[in-house]
Amino acid sequence: MRQNKDVIMAFSVMGLLIISVGLFQSWGVALSILNLCLISAVMTMGVNISWGYAGIINFGVMGFIALGGLAAVVVSEEPIYEAWSAGGLGILISIGLIVLLVLITKYILRALPKSKKRNIILTVVIIFFIILIKKVSGPSIEAIESVNPAKQGFLGGLGLPIIFSWFVGGIFAGLVAFVIGKIALGLRSDYLAIATLLISGIIVTVVKHEDWLSRGVKNVIGMKRPAPYEIDLQKADWFINMISNLNSKKLDLITDISEKNILLRDLVISASGVFVKLCFAGLFSIVVVVLLILAQKALYSPWGRMMRAIRDNEEAAQAMGKNVVKQHLFIFIIGSAIVGFGGAMLVTYDGLFTPVSYQPLRYTFLIWIMVLVGGSGNNYGSILGGFLVWFIWIEAAPVAMFFINMFTNHLEDTHELKKHLINGVPYIRYTMMGIGLLVLMRYRPKGLLPEKIKLQNS
Amino acid sequence: MYFSALNLTGGYGGVDIIHSCSFEVNKGEIVSILGPNGAGKSTAMKAMLGMLKKSTGEVQINGNDISKLSTQNRVKLGISFVPQTKNVFTEMTVEENLEMGGFLRDQTYIQTIEEIYELFPILYEKRNQLVGELSGGQRQQVAIGRALMIKPSVLMLDEPTAGVSPIVMDELFEHIIKIKEKNVAILMVEQNARQALNVSDRGYVLVMGENKYSGSGTDLLNDKEVRRSFLGG
Amino acid sequence: MDFLNAIVLLANYIFIPALNYGSQLALGAIGVTLIYSVLRFANFAYGDLMAFGTMVVILVTWKLQSVGIHLGPLPTALIALPIGVMAAILISLLLDKTIFEYYRIKKSPPVTLIVVSLGVMFVLNGIVRIIIGTADRKFFDGQKFIMKANEFKEITGLSEGLALKSTQLLSLVVTIICAVLLFWFLGKTKTGKSMRAYSDNEDLALLSGIDPNRIVMITWVIAATLATIAGTLYGLDKSFKPFTYFNNLLPIFAAAIVGGIGNPLGAFFGGFVVAFAEIGITYAYKKFFIYVLPQGLEPTSLMQLLSIDYKFAVSFSILIIVLIFRPNGIFKGKII
Repeated sequence: MRQNKDVIMAFSVMGLLIISVGLFQSWGVALSILNLCLISAVMTMGVNISWGYAGIINFGVMGFIALGGLAAVVVSEEPIYEAWSAGGLGILISIGLIVLLVLITKYILRALPKSKKRNIILTVVIIFFIILIKKVSGPSIEAIESVNPAKQGFLGGLGLPIIFSWFVGGIFAGLVAFVIGKIALGLRSDYLAIATLLISGIIVTVVKHEDWLSRGVKNVIGMKRPAPYEIDLQKADWFINMISNLNSKKLDLITDISEKNILLRDLVISASGVFVKLCFAGLFSIVVVVLLILAQKALYSPWGRMMRAIRDNEEAAQAMGKNVVKQHLFIFIIGSAIVGFGGAMLVTYDGLFTPVSYQPLRYTFLIWIMVLVGGSGNNYGSILGGFLVWFIWIEAAPVAMFFINMFTNHLEDTHELKKHLINGVPYIRYTMMGIGLLVLMRYRPKGLLPEKIKLQNS
Repeated sequence: MYFSALNLTGGYGGVDIIHSCSFEVNKGEIVSILGPNGAGKSTAMKAMLGMLKKSTGEVQINGNDISKLSTQNRVKLGISFVPQTKNVFTEMTVEENLEMGGFLRDQTYIQTIEEIYELFPILYEKRNQLVGELSGGQRQQVAIGRALMIKPSVLMLDEPTAGVSPIVMDELFEHIIKIKEKNVAILMVEQNARQALNVSDRGYVLVMGENKYSGSGTDLLNDKEVRRSFLGG
Repeated sequence: MDFLNAIVLLANYIFIPALNYGSQLALGAIGVTLIYSVLRFANFAYGDLMAFGTMVVILVTWKLQSVGIHLGPLPTALIALPIGVMAAILISLLLDKTIFEYYRIKKSPPVTLIVVSLGVMFVLNGIVRIIIGTADRKFFDGQKFIMKANEFKEITGLSEGLALKSTQLLSLVVTIICAVLLFWFLGKTKTGKSMRAYSDNEDLALLSGIDPNRIVMITWVIAATLATIAGTLYGLDKSFKPFTYFNNLLPIFAAAIVGGIGNPLGAFFGGFVVAFAEIGITYAYKKFFIYVLPQGLEPTSLMQLLSIDYKFAVSFSILIIVLIFRPNGIFKGKII
């Protein structure tokens, strides 16, 4: 099948690129890139499922990634009992009030007919509830945030292993996607795009500012991980022995004991970084492969065919009795949940939760470029897109620097043009990415690995 | 003949809808194009205007071959078209619609607007009202008025009385007769065959994309075959 | 009860800032809505077009300042503005010719155009940052305050001060002038009416002999002009940071949709609606209630509905509510 050949070739090229980074820069860098490629691949597959299978434009990616990150915090951080006793009750009551407000709102919308009176009642009720919730939650929030604000100042989490948070991240994202979907999925495509973009903005704003939950802009650092810490490895005897055995030839060349120890220590340090990244890579690869298998199975299943039928001709599918609204909601939830899963993976890998870093350009739009580059509707395409785009995104700066240095070799380091160019290096990737996207949309709008669905009789 | 179309064949890209159709109309004549649904009447009209994706055939006005010209350039030569739907600017006033009709004109267009108001007095009354708020019949008057602003020599109407009440239809036909009296060549696609033939000098009947019958209005009205097929006997 | 002070308080903390912010949003919203109604797509690159135009204005302003040219109490940037506008126009026309036109002719679905505009956004974003860097740039000069809070207190004897920055007055005045000019153009001139006709019913406009290329060009000229002016006013008032201009695009979209997308007058008012909502809902009314309520009923809490951090969330929420319940906007707009 032609598709298989394309896929194999594409991935071989990717593999070669990563290996060349390892050779020319360092293995640590190459593995970092690989790991982020894998995480991006997960997120891209999530977006691709709602876009490629069902034609839904989900510009809320950033929000779901943030929710995944939040899950990582909320699941893995140790609970801070002092904070809980200071304000936990107030928070729970406030959440209850919010739920109550939603239920009352739904009731009002359903029970009363559309009228000015109903709108006024609704507005009054909402404002009343907001004031009430503020009154109840205010003191609790203050109490929680004043518990050891420098290091804590929040409720903490459940203290569970962080790998659980990946699934919780999916659940958080899925729940929110349910709400968003109920509200917004009826909108026309460009309105849906804007609505999801804005809702994700609201989600990130909430995460950024509810310090009692997420520490907000104070960030959460030093999080747990499913792989060893470099520091621990560097002290572990079995590891040191392994490294010294692997490098015995190099070490034997040195006779001086203290020099040998210094070299060994350097090797151990850099090897510890590589080892940790390899562990992550292994974990992430398992996730990607499992996800790929599930997604492919779904794609070729009767359900997948139905989704594509709906996508290609919604009216006809509806006439045939398919509940389009329900199916769209379902796919939107699944796709967003996968993105949330990826968000938790990302925070796990970074070991930090930094809400300010959730920007639409870096998350929502970059991932969309991955979807489009890879090939809408094609799972292999999503993985390829995730890899390729992330690779270009990261390598654009060093490569640009290399070329700039080459061309301005003859100029002094203080030369205005040279300084300006060098300062501009981090932003070249934006322009490059934009040009790449424009070229893609013009000449290969279906992506590098376009959707190739086997026809019924061929 | 002032305006003629020969051997028009074409469609919207796939299968041909019309095959070797020919029509002609002179100044001061009303010529109807009739036929059952799907016969290709609107398609034929669009072919004459150069609006079809795919078409062959010859179109001439006043002896000049315009077959290769774009629609816009045909408009500039004095051929005006009133589409069946979306034939007015709903978000603009009556007078603004007429102004847009006269877009290509110089300052003398103001004179023409007065003439249109004489032809359609109700439009003068409602001249500052948004066309979207007018009734169906009034909208059609605006649509026709807009098309008349370039003082066309050929006026093409696609089902001008579609969806209007019988009284309004009579009014519209009266207006169209007045336009004919100004020596305009009028080509009209119509569903209301009987009424259309009553006011037409000549008519063509299309069936399955081909010319089937043609003749004067009265001849067609009295023709047994035509009556049986379209006029209800 | 101290009504005068209460009124001055509201004027100073809500009214004036909202009018200021609203005027900056209004111009951008009109530009976005024009592009949507005539060119038929949501232009995600508009924020970066604003940044581009403003960047040129800043560069020229610096040049002027360095050779000692000033405009007295008014900002020198006003002299540089026409050049920035021209640069924005040129780049918009170039982008349209090389990129957007292809999809317009093909009648591509709205999604495609959004993605393409994203690509343009990335390109412009990078270019602006490379040329001017990402640091915060202040390029305001001239007299900063028309009325200082202390002066006001002295003059009136009230305990509440009222400050009026020159940029605030400038924003409002410039916006009103632009809006009046634009609405006169659209309502009274032949070309303006032809634009409305084209947006209303493209096929019929073509049948009436209206030249589509001319309409497209004029639309870009107007949109680019408004973008540069809005961006410059914003930059003079606050500061220029390429990063923030995309973020500003979202409230601008909100304003355009609230006013009814495709409706320039609606967009104008939409800008103010969004601004007043953002500022009004996040203001802490404690002092206001202290002035207004009889003694003894004074509130102890801040009386703030939502914290200031949620400013953007307010306009986003308004937009979402509008999109779902009244997609035609508060005024009538069109869904193309």
